[in-house]
Amino acid sequence: MTDSMNQHLSSLRGLLSQTSVKLVLALIGIFVFFVVAIGVQEAVNAHRSNKRILAELEAAGVPTDERQQDRRLTSPWWDGYDASLRFLGRRNLEMIALHTTIVGMAALGMTLVIISGGIDLSVGSIVALSSVVIAWLLQYAGAGPLTAALGGVAAAALFGIISGLLITWLRVVPFIVTLGMMLVVRGAAKGIAREQKIEVDIARQKWLQELLHTVVGTEHSWTLAPAGVWVWLILAVGMAAMLRYTRLGRHIFAIGSNEQTARLCGVAVERVKVIVYMLCGTFAGLAGLMQFSYLTVGDPTGAVGLELNVIAAVVIGGGSLAGGEGSILGTLMGALIMTVIATGCAQMWLPNWVQEIITGAIIVVAVGLDRLRHRRSI
Amino acid sequence: MAQGRIDSTDKAHRLKMQGVCKRFGATVALDDVGIEVSPGEVLALVGENGAGKSTLMKVLSGAVKEDAGQMWLDGVPYRPSNPLEARRAGVAMIYQELSLTPHLSVQENIMLGMEPTRLGVVRAKQVRQRAIEAIKEFDNPELTPDARVSNLSVGSQQLVEIARALAIGCRVLVLDEPTSSLTQQDVERLFELIGRLKRQDKAIVYISHFIEEVKRVADRVTVLRDGKVVGSSDVAAITTDEIIALMVGRQVEELYPRSGRQAGEVILEIEDLAGAEKPESASLKLHRGEVLGIAGLVGAGRTELLRSLFGLEPVRRGRIRLGVYTGPASPLRRWMQGAGFLSEDRTKEGLALSLSVADNVTLSKLKGFGPLGLVLPSRQDGATRRWIERLGIRCQGPRQLLSSLSGGNQQKVALARLLQHDVDVLLLDEPTRGIDVAAKAMIYKLIDELATGSPAEGRAPKAVLMVSSYLPELMGICDRVAVMRRGRLGPTRRIDEIDEHKLMFDATGAEVTG
Repeated sequence: MTDSMNQHLSSLRGLLSQTSVKLVLALIGIFVFFVVAIGVQEAVNAHRSNKRILAELEAAGVPTDERQQDRRLTSPWWDGYDASLRFLGRRNLEMIALHTTIVGMAALGMTLVIISGGIDLSVGSIVALSSVVIAWLLQYAGAGPLTAALGGVAAAALFGIISGLLITWLRVVPFIVTLGMMLVVRGAAKGIAREQKIEVDIARQKWLQELLHTVVGTEHSWTLAPAGVWVWLILAVGMAAMLRYTRLGRHIFAIGSNEQTARLCGVAVERVKVIVYMLCGTFAGLAGLMQFSYLTVGDPTGAVGLELNVIAAVVIGGGSLAGGEGSILGTLMGALIMTVIATGCAQMWLPNWVQEIITGAIIVVAVGLDRLRHRRSI
Repeated sequence: MAQGRIDSTDKAHRLKMQGVCKRFGATVALDDVGIEVSPGEVLALVGENGAGKSTLMKVLSGAVKEDAGQMWLDGVPYRPSNPLEARRAGVAMIYQELSLTPHLSVQENIMLGMEPTRLGVVRAKQVRQRAIEAIKEFDNPELTPDARVSNLSVGSQQLVEIARALAIGCRVLVLDEPTSSLTQQDVERLFELIGRLKRQDKAIVYISHFIEEVKRVADRVTVLRDGKVVGSSDVAAITTDEIIALMVGRQVEELYPRSGRQAGEVILEIEDLAGAEKPESASLKLHRGEVLGIAGLVGAGRTELLRSLFGLEPVRRGRIRLGVYTGPASPLRRWMQGAGFLSEDRTKEGLALSLSVADNVTLSKLKGFGPLGLVLPSRQDGATRRWIERLGIRCQGPRQLLSSLSGGNQQKVALARLLQHDVDVLLLDEPTRGIDVAAKAMIYKLIDELATGSPAEGRAPKAVLMVSSYLPELMGICDRVAVMRRGRLGPTRRIDEIDEHKLMFDATGAEVTG
């Protein structure tokens, strides 16, 4: 009896110690926190405004039983409940998904790069470049939406390949190569756009503008979320399966864990690295496509510093900058956690700087706790 | 033993540890362990990996707090709460992995952390003087105060570390596997130095896997097994076999098995092979069904020979034929051609420590683990479980991370990779470095089985090319041995035509006599 209970307990503990499971719990925890906090805040606000109204009425000499009839009075409980419900509501959940998609898409590629022991700082620039190329193709080259989208993603993949080749040929560390590429790509994007935003006529955008637009209240309402979100999730599942069930995936982990061992075991280290950076570029290009769809302009100065959010998502999700560790599910959770905090803070009317401090603290605490656990297990 | 008790009080012992116990969770690491070392005495501490040697030394250095037990230094109770306190009390540790800062000079390293200062400014002259004093002793031309530590050989780096210990005036010096990465010459120098330190009345604790070394350098030996002292004796009064028997807890009848091997066709042939720097010239023929050893000093080019054979280092000149394939090839090709390489450095190169046992075993051939070229973890685990059982790898299962395995078990995992790949030619570089006797015996047995093959089970004999710095092991399991000296590989000779002394002569460049 106690034995089987112990067994259940220890298997439960084993499950809980898995990084991705912890992250799911953390995400749920943060979500619940905001639901409660927003509800309480709204209730308190309603209570205060009720008091103020009653005080005004009293000062105006309205009799006690008539004061309660005032139409401006609300029920604090109901208000709080309503606000909480709104945070849990479909519109809000969809918005969180929309906002996560851009960072989350780029983070899929970054996860591969970080597991392989590298880093890619050019992601933000590539997102901008891709959106600019798409806008340019639509507006000036007369391309259809599919051609434009493919063109943008292809340009992004190309720059990923260039990074990968430079890293493997020149044997310069990824940090430096991609730092250089960050500037090169940003410059290229500005050159193509002639240092201006490229506005695209609505008629030329066709389905591109719907990739990341809310479906609530439209004929596509049954899809729950716009196509872009679904594309992102499907690609995430694909990448997770790739990492777990294919040779390429095992090789990426091996290179990140110990590159020399991988070489010794006959892994084509150079080829795998180029593929990894190409995939990272491709996913950044897809993120650029989402960005374009969301903003409907090609902005060469957009997505500055996005790479840091992307890296943060991977790192919160259990990725180690030393390589060999990380997971797609963790990255998804990392990206979601950051969006939920941003959204929650915004709905509590907290200023932007508070949200930044909280996000920064979460990154340090999440990684710190993970390291602490690692040290103990050794 | 009894005599020692009569004329020596506690004060006569430089270091005395008594009744030391330590548990980690459910495992008992130390159980009522006691050791004593007198001034001018070398105590050898031997035992398999996991016997408790390192835990005992961690207690001594204050890195681990004991659960029970007492320690005395020169009769004064001694209980360090951290390594710094231990150093201040005069207990210095020289670990297997040297703890020097490679970018600094010899004198900076020696005085690191205790630089004499005035108003926070380091007094350079004093630093220099004290460093010179500390290294004067060693009489090694490579050791100058201004030499950069990264430019020194491993042996000299170790001397720097010992100099650091002497500079702070240590009374007890602990040497943990000091010779595992030294050349024979440096080992000789180290032994001379130990002799001199003895005359200076230092007490020395010497930890080693090499029983022959222990017999040479130590006065007394204490054997640990499973956290207990199982024997303690004057070195002169105990044989190597008896020490090994105490360590493993049973008599090792046949450490080096040799079944009836049948040399078959030539499977690997190299002619006048030259690498980028080393080797300069190497020729040999390796037959199926034999174990060919390559002896020589560290740095003679033996490792480079194996690496250039396996495509890990460039080939400048020469012919290689492996089976039906000729010419140099990449590691990937070599694996496909049926050769496998075991690195001498399992932590840096041989194994990916943050990956699981299964991933490490199957990394070189991720095929046949699922349909459509997929790699299903469950099938990886299945294949790995076979080797865990066959090689007796002590782990919780195929999914355990390699970093939490002991050295011997890690080495077995590295070997299991060659077996899982089912290669015909095994290139083994120092296959038993830094692992305990039981694991060594297991690996010797395995090598013998591979070279012998088993017609009944349909396993053809394999060919093994093995580099080792440990001569008894080469003499024990090889059929033929060649010596490499300064990048040149000498002729291959049958094991019954030579002995250890001849090999040593060849390796060190002394003229071969008789």
